[in-house]
Amino acid sequence: MANKNSNKSKIIYTLLAWTISGMIFFPILWTLITSFKTEAEAISASPSLFMFDWTLVNYSDVLNRSPYFDHFWNSVVISVGSSLLGLLIAIPAAWSMAFVQNKRTKNLLMWMLSTKMLPPVGVLIPIYLLFRDFSLLDTKLGLVIVMTLINLPIMVWMLYTYFKEIPHEILEASRMDGAGIVEEIFHVLLPIALPGIASTLLLNVILAWNEAFWTLILTAANAAPLTAFIASYSSPEGLFYAKLSAASAMAIVPILILGWFSQKQLVRGLSFGAVK
Amino acid sequence: MGSITLKQVTKSFGDVNVIKPLDLEIKDGEFIVFVGPSGCGKSTLLRMIAGLEDTSSGNIEIDGNDATKTPPAKRGLAMVFQSYALYPHMSVRNNIAFPLKRAKVAPAEIEAKIASAAKILNLGDYLDRKPGQLSGGQRQRVAIGRAIVRQPSAFLFDEPLSNLDASLRVNMRLEISELHKSLATTMIYVTHDQVEAMTMADRIAVFNGGVIEQVGTPMELYRNPVNRFVAGFIGSPKMNFIDVKPVDGDPTRSIGVRPEHLKVTQEQGLWTGKVGVIEHLGSETFLHVHVDGVGTLTIKDDGECPLQYGDQVNLTASQNKIMHFDKEGVTLASLSWGDNAVVAQ
Amino acid sequence: MATTQSRTLARIMLFPSVILLLAWMIVPLCMTLYFSFLDYNLLIPGNNDFVGFLNYEFFLTDPAFIESFFNTLWLVGGVLLITICGGIGLAILLDQAIWGRNYVRIMVLAPFFVMPTVSALVWKNMFMNPVNGLFAHFANWLGFAPVDFFAQIPLLSIIIIVSWQWLPFAALILLTAIQSLDREQLEAADLDGAGPFSKFYYIVLPHLSRAITAVILIETIFLLSIFAEILVTTSGGPGYASTNITYLIYTQSLLQFDVGGGSAGGIVAVIIANIVAIFLMRLIGKNLED
Repeated sequence: MANKNSNKSKIIYTLLAWTISGMIFFPILWTLITSFKTEAEAISASPSLFMFDWTLVNYSDVLNRSPYFDHFWNSVVISVGSSLLGLLIAIPAAWSMAFVQNKRTKNLLMWMLSTKMLPPVGVLIPIYLLFRDFSLLDTKLGLVIVMTLINLPIMVWMLYTYFKEIPHEILEASRMDGAGIVEEIFHVLLPIALPGIASTLLLNVILAWNEAFWTLILTAANAAPLTAFIASYSSPEGLFYAKLSAASAMAIVPILILGWFSQKQLVRGLSFGAVK
Repeated sequence: MGSITLKQVTKSFGDVNVIKPLDLEIKDGEFIVFVGPSGCGKSTLLRMIAGLEDTSSGNIEIDGNDATKTPPAKRGLAMVFQSYALYPHMSVRNNIAFPLKRAKVAPAEIEAKIASAAKILNLGDYLDRKPGQLSGGQRQRVAIGRAIVRQPSAFLFDEPLSNLDASLRVNMRLEISELHKSLATTMIYVTHDQVEAMTMADRIAVFNGGVIEQVGTPMELYRNPVNRFVAGFIGSPKMNFIDVKPVDGDPTRSIGVRPEHLKVTQEQGLWTGKVGVIEHLGSETFLHVHVDGVGTLTIKDDGECPLQYGDQVNLTASQNKIMHFDKEGVTLASLSWGDNAVVAQ
Repeated sequence: MATTQSRTLARIMLFPSVILLLAWMIVPLCMTLYFSFLDYNLLIPGNNDFVGFLNYEFFLTDPAFIESFFNTLWLVGGVLLITICGGIGLAILLDQAIWGRNYVRIMVLAPFFVMPTVSALVWKNMFMNPVNGLFAHFANWLGFAPVDFFAQIPLLSIIIIVSWQWLPFAALILLTAIQSLDREQLEAADLDGAGPFSKFYYIVLPHLSRAITAVILIETIFLLSIFAEILVTTSGGPGYASTNITYLIYTQSLLQFDVGGGSAGGIVAVIIANIVAIFLMRLIGKNLED
């Protein structure tokens, strides 16, 4: 009996799943499509999904009329820079907690996570004033610092869970084989943990790329990443749908692609290990 | 050279004393086995000798030099771990080369040493594979290869065979013994398996609760265990223990007979009982006989045993094979025991 | 493995992370706490007198606070309701044998990777705009008057946008949890004659309870701080109709330059977030033990 029935239910479930996921994905698809329309077609009262004159004019307009590349570059520097800097600080800490555990390790880990739960408005004013006094407002350096700090707990946490899976004996073997701590980390720990480190890096690039509190508050023209650049379209410019779509597409596509690669690690990183 | 001396060595985690003050002298070239139930401190002591654990007090001397505070890398010892602890991202060749590279050995010499280790351990065909592509036995060989190329003053083995299946274990046991004969380097071998201890060791140290109960050659431990614990731990199947009623002037509180020393007889013996489960192993037979007031006794009999479940049998053992223990479980000198009445029901 | 040496080393290697996070958390938080007791406005240079709990009194009795407090509750509660229910449904659906599951998964996951400013603007202009938005076109086509989303139902509109962003997160976590369910349990239930609903209610849902709790707590932490979506769509309006606490503090601090009042608000926000955080930490802490 199973075969006929399960084939039928497979068809039903497939249709249902594709319909629902298509609806969820539609706003992104629509943005991508609109970015190839002319402004007139974009606001047409009888919008068309595919039957229109495809054009790249919006992309060239966005690139020519606004310093798009500057903002793109700011996003790259801030997200990649903060993630690399974060790794540099987080790897030693995760090593310590995973391989030299004591009674306080768990509390320390929890405390680090708790800093992630501090609402940004709780420190908004001091950070703003400190940045003003240290001339860090609207600088990439300032944002790299902030992004590193807000994502550091997630990085330490993710690396900790990856390192925990490496058997202690392998590190002890390297010690018996005459490796010092630096050799132990570079020749043994890092190569073994490379996949985990890569996905930690990836997830943090994504989180930093999309961060939209501090990037909006601490930047103006110079250091504004894409989040802030796109926010500027909330003014009447946003009514130019095709251009808004083109700018949006360029801001989200790179990270969408990275995101699809890291979907498995996402669960681990974002649930802080509560779901495995 | 590879003599290791432990002087009043202790280890405590907080309030828990894992190793109580302990002295042991391990001679150069000796194969010594630390054996005992899990949690007896044998692995901890091995890791202390390796330098992977701190020593709480006392001294560890390697070749006459105090090495208590020396980091593991500088002790000149090699270790084979239970999980083999191979570097998963390196080929077999690089695994074996790793300690040599750390010691800044010249590349040509490294190649030569890898080649000779590969020959000894039959690894020639696997040198360019990763550990993940090897079977358990092959991984074990790589781990040993990584240890021997350094020409350490002593090898430390931490239950190296416990992850292998039974037949492979027998083979590796022989190979390690063979290796010891040809290298003549000190080996310290930790196991919970008394068969491994008996078959491989020059000397065995029996651990229990953080102390060494007895050190000696396998046959010394078998013939003259100092107490009930050692008597029960060495030998398979386990020694039968029978509690006896105290008699004035006789400190004996229990006696022990090894299964291989119990005989099934026609005439009246020391005990009479009913045969329970019979385990035929082909070359030998284990009988489990229920004796009223004593419990179940295990007997090791010939391969061809005609007895059936439920048969009534008489059991006996020669007096010089029966051990007597006092109320602390200490073995009593075997000459002074009283009459047979104590032994029989 | 623990020798004195490695323990010392571990302490040294932990040091940078601990110091940086300590500096990031404690220093500004203490400053906020200090400012919250001062009469301190950047536009009015003065002595920055100590005013006790006056800032708190003003902040907590401000009708804007009351309104934004409830807006925050609605926002968090609404998004949680939509994403949890939708997430469970999606997780069960994606757990079935379907063709092209990987593509479906990718499509469902996509909104999570869209930066908040983009998703808010795309929804605001291309979907919810009362003249040119797709919804307006659709309503006209059906013969209804289009809804002016951000004028008539500003908070609900924001709830819809944020739910769209967070639905993938809930679905993904719950799907992962469902996939870890022991299939033999379901087969045993089949043998016991359980129907689909009793299987869901007695087996799947209890199995998911931990993951659901995790999603609720983690989302709450992030949803309490929703900011960009409000900034680029309604700017908190009309009036305070779509202002949440985070946005209210932002306007007080950086638009009205009232450092004292904004700081008092910040402390209030920290206290609210802490209540959620304590539950979340318990959950994670339990998990650390197994």
